Amino acid sequence: MSVVLEAKHINKYFKKPVSFHVLKDINFQIKKGEFASIMGKSGCGKSTLLYILSTMDTDYEGQLYLNNQLITGQERTHLSYLRNKHIGFVFQFHYLLSEFSVIENVMLPAKKLGEKSYPEIEHDAIEKLKMLNIEHLSKKRASQVSGGEKQRIAIARALINNPSVIMGDEPTGNLDSYNAQNIFNIFKQLSDEKGLSLLVVTHDEDFANKTDRIIQMGDGKILV
Amino acid sequence: MTNWNVILSIAKTHLLTKIKQTSVAALGVTFGIGSYITLVCFMTGLNTMLDDLILNQTPHIHVYNEIEPSKNQPVSLYDDFNESFNVVHSIKPKLSQLKIHNALPIIDYLERNENVRGALPQVQTQIFYIAGSIEIGGNLIGINPIDEAKLFNIEDYIVKGSAEALQTTDNGILLGIGVAEKMSLKVGDRVQISPINGDIFPLKIVGFYQSGVADLDAIQSFTNIKTVQRILGEAKNYITDINVKLYDIEEAVSLAKTIEQQFKLKAVDIKTANAQFDTGTTIRNLITYAVSITLLIVAGFGIYNILNMLIYEKMNDIAILKATGFSGKDVQLIFMSQAMIIGFVGGVLGLVLGFGLTSLIGTIPFKTEALPTVETYPVNRDPLFFIIGFLFAIFSTFLAGYLPSKKAKKIDPIKIIRGQ
Repeated sequence: MSVVLEAKHINKYFKKPVSFHVLKDINFQIKKGEFASIMGKSGCGKSTLLYILSTMDTDYEGQLYLNNQLITGQERTHLSYLRNKHIGFVFQFHYLLSEFSVIENVMLPAKKLGEKSYPEIEHDAIEKLKMLNIEHLSKKRASQVSGGEKQRIAIARALINNPSVIMGDEPTGNLDSYNAQNIFNIFKQLSDEKGLSLLVVTHDEDFANKTDRIIQMGDGKILV
Repeated sequence: MTNWNVILSIAKTHLLTKIKQTSVAALGVTFGIGSYITLVCFMTGLNTMLDDLILNQTPHIHVYNEIEPSKNQPVSLYDDFNESFNVVHSIKPKLSQLKIHNALPIIDYLERNENVRGALPQVQTQIFYIAGSIEIGGNLIGINPIDEAKLFNIEDYIVKGSAEALQTTDNGILLGIGVAEKMSLKVGDRVQISPINGDIFPLKIVGFYQSGVADLDAIQSFTNIKTVQRILGEAKNYITDINVKLYDIEEAVSLAKTIEQQFKLKAVDIKTANAQFDTGTTIRNLITYAVSITLLIVAGFGIYNILNMLIYEKMNDIAILKATGFSGKDVQLIFMSQAMIIGFVGGVLGLVLGFGLTSLIGTIPFKTEALPTVETYPVNRDPLFFIIGFLFAIFSTFLAGYLPSKKAKKIDPIKIIRGQ
């Protein structure tokens, strides 16, 4: 199976307030269709790792490959483009643009990518919302829907450009168990049916145990 | 690759959902630009009026024969005293004629100069107004009324009658309003004039002249150039003064010098004659610009403030946009376009406000003795002020938006996402 995301010898230092070696020689791969979770105690560097993998953080040593292409050292605008096209994001807090309607939130990354016409994008967005059973919310303001719904909208937004990988930073951390289960099922379904790669940072052991693979981190190193 | 549709739609949503803030920011620009335009139009209108008070009536160059002592006194012609220090007491002015020698050819010559709008002959003389046994001293100026009206706006100061009436009436006189009041005369009456040689000429009053300077109005009157020549018993080429009007007032100094050298006449340019007035104009303009620039700067800071706050409120949005693939430049453009939209809308409204206020000021009645023809406050609605105002609205919102948007561009999404 092809490798979607590969990290080679990633090292990261925090310089402030004191010099601190956060990530120590991280090496791992995410294959196509793989549902992986990263676990570890608070402060072990798992979120930091995720931000490096997401291309938002460029201050690190080592190499990062997306679809077998080196993306370390690329220009910021190109990284933005890669992030737009290949990476979907789901955060612990919903992170929707609260002033926009649900469908506008979902459509925004596709509009930015600009590969499709507006009617096509709108059609895609409704498809994604249908898939997540939240189609009826599409005209509502993002600030008017519930937490679980917001997270599903965020997933729809992450999916709109059919990315290579979806990254989640504790996507269920702020949800009750019912909604958390719901989100997990959506992820699982995406992984099994659409062959999407997923990489999720979580504290939730039940959640992690159900994924294909758990990457256990401690003190800036990968333990398992 | 910039997708303007997306950027503008995001900017629009931001502006419309915060319509109160947006309107306050736009109103800041509107009031800034509106008051700038009002102020500049009004102040320059007043300035022009004040300038006109002097400039309208004053020739740019006044050419005449000055009574003055000879520059070369006889003693300097004597070679033996060449090396010595000469002291001559009681130097008398040289006796010379008042008329300008060869005046008509000189006028022809001046009018051929491309800088000159017109050169008009005048005959000035001292006279007495005779009222029974009382003689009132005064000046009589012979003019070509129609030309004088064209070049020196004499019509603005004729309170009764007209320049044409003076032109067409033989032995007509345009009497100073002060003289008329003293002698209880009205239009159509006759007034007796006596030149210094003692003859008496009855002249028909065709109108009244009011310059706004009471002392002048109490002595000065106008008549046809031919009439004065007849009163003085002089020939048609008897001209005492030539008044020159130029296209560009800045040429006055150099042309006056040329005339002095070429024709050995006294030529006074307007800058020398009205130095204090020139200073006054400069200072008034300075005040106008200082106040208007202050207004514009204050408006600019208002915009800066509001955009800055907008960006603080939108930190989350910025982080999300960046995380989902918008580049720093896109984010900057989103906020820049918000600033520019505020600037554009506020600027256009400012032009409308400025137009409205100046129209209003233009209708307020304003009566002054000095300018009999002015009835409302003067407003100088130069399109240039509107263009400058609008450009400044765009320019200042650009600057005010640039700094905060630059900050938005540099915001690190991780810091914000982690901070939550």
